[in-house]
Amino acid sequence: MDFLRHVTTIAWKDLRVELRSREILFNMAFFAAMVVILFSFAFLKEGKDGAMVVVAEVAPGFLWIAVLFSATLGMARAFDRERESDTMRGLLISPAPRAALFLGKAAGLFVLMAMVEAVVVPLIWFFFAAPLFAEPVAMTAIIVLTTAGVAVVGSVFAAMLMRTRARDVLLPVILYPILVPLFIAAIKGTSGVLVGETEQTWFWIRFLLVYDSSFVVAALWTFESVVIE
Amino acid sequence: MKRGIYLAAAAACIVGIAGTLYLIFYRAPIDRLLLFNQKIFYYHVANAWMLGAAIITCGVSSLLYLRTRQGRHDDLARAAGELAVLYGAIVLVTGSIWGKAAWDIWWDWDARLTTSLLLWMTMVGYVLVRQYGGPGSERMAAGLGVFATVNIPLVYFSVKIWRTLHPQTSVVPGLQGSMRAAMWSSVALFAVLYVLFLLARMRVAQGERRLSELREQALDAGLIE
Repeated sequence: MDFLRHVTTIAWKDLRVELRSREILFNMAFFAAMVVILFSFAFLKEGKDGAMVVVAEVAPGFLWIAVLFSATLGMARAFDRERESDTMRGLLISPAPRAALFLGKAAGLFVLMAMVEAVVVPLIWFFFAAPLFAEPVAMTAIIVLTTAGVAVVGSVFAAMLMRTRARDVLLPVILYPILVPLFIAAIKGTSGVLVGETEQTWFWIRFLLVYDSSFVVAALWTFESVVIE
Repeated sequence: MKRGIYLAAAAACIVGIAGTLYLIFYRAPIDRLLLFNQKIFYYHVANAWMLGAAIITCGVSSLLYLRTRQGRHDDLARAAGELAVLYGAIVLVTGSIWGKAAWDIWWDWDARLTTSLLLWMTMVGYVLVRQYGGPGSERMAAGLGVFATVNIPLVYFSVKIWRTLHPQTSVVPGLQGSMRAAMWSSVALFAVLYVLFLLARMRVAQGERRLSELREQALDAGLIE
């Protein structure tokens, strides 16, 4: 119980800092929207036999690339803040266990990403008439699990890179190859929702569950040893 | 003594390369379907296994480094990580040549090809971190090594859903006679070569680490600026 309290305290601290300045959130959301719009210029064509088929193929990609790219902005900044004001040391010597510290950070990022998704998902629905809300339960499961996976893996890497040179460049370089299975699952699952293939969707949701649990364990295991001064 | 064994093994490798070339091009028969193109298989498979060995070495020693904080594990991880990039490049290039000959396309998004590509990209990321991360990057690289290892089954499983074009694993045990001899001698050769490269690179990494430790000590003692 105490552990959960620590997690929420840290997550809430991050969110409160963010909600006061709103510098990451607005930029993330705007960037994500811009990515969606740029992608539509790149890929949308007049289909001969109904535009819907085309949309079901490309819309999941638009959605998850926009989310992933904007999340990269957010995770780098979340730890930059701790570094700039040298508050990471304060967090590390606080009585909160390291695991709670990490999960709190990841939870903060999760909420931030969820706010961006609250903009991007309706945007995709609005622009491309993609029936994203056809299966609310499955779609919510995909969004929650994918966001959690990105938040967990992203927080570990952002924390690791906090004290290194060239961290802004290195973060996507090391993050994206690790996130590829998650990305495949999110895209395939979402396109399952769009074309109404329930079985495919739930297969990928189970895969996301396996991915998330593997990396939560790996993250808790490595976070302590990579972040200690 | 150690140096003697090392040099003897290196000399054996030189003979071994000539030996495998002989076995592959003179003893092993020409494949009925792929003709001469099939010859690349002997080196491709051996290098692919070494890619696997390098990634596993890197993952395990990264884990050991995070647990024990002993520099020697880090040196080994670093050596294996760089070798994984090298072997990955060889595997991808020889694999593409095979693909062009066998399937008439250079690249296909098949499970094994995609997995190899992604693992190679991860290892390139690992080397980039070591190269440009600056001080303290070894712990981060070790973390990345652990993540990459956890990721292997997930990558393979997620891309496996697609159609598989690559020959199944059963090809190797099914080889007959001289093809089999060529295959296994090539694997043995590359395994020895891998260990030699690993040791050589590890020695360099050890030297670099000792040098930077000494420099720090000298700075602390005020001997150098």
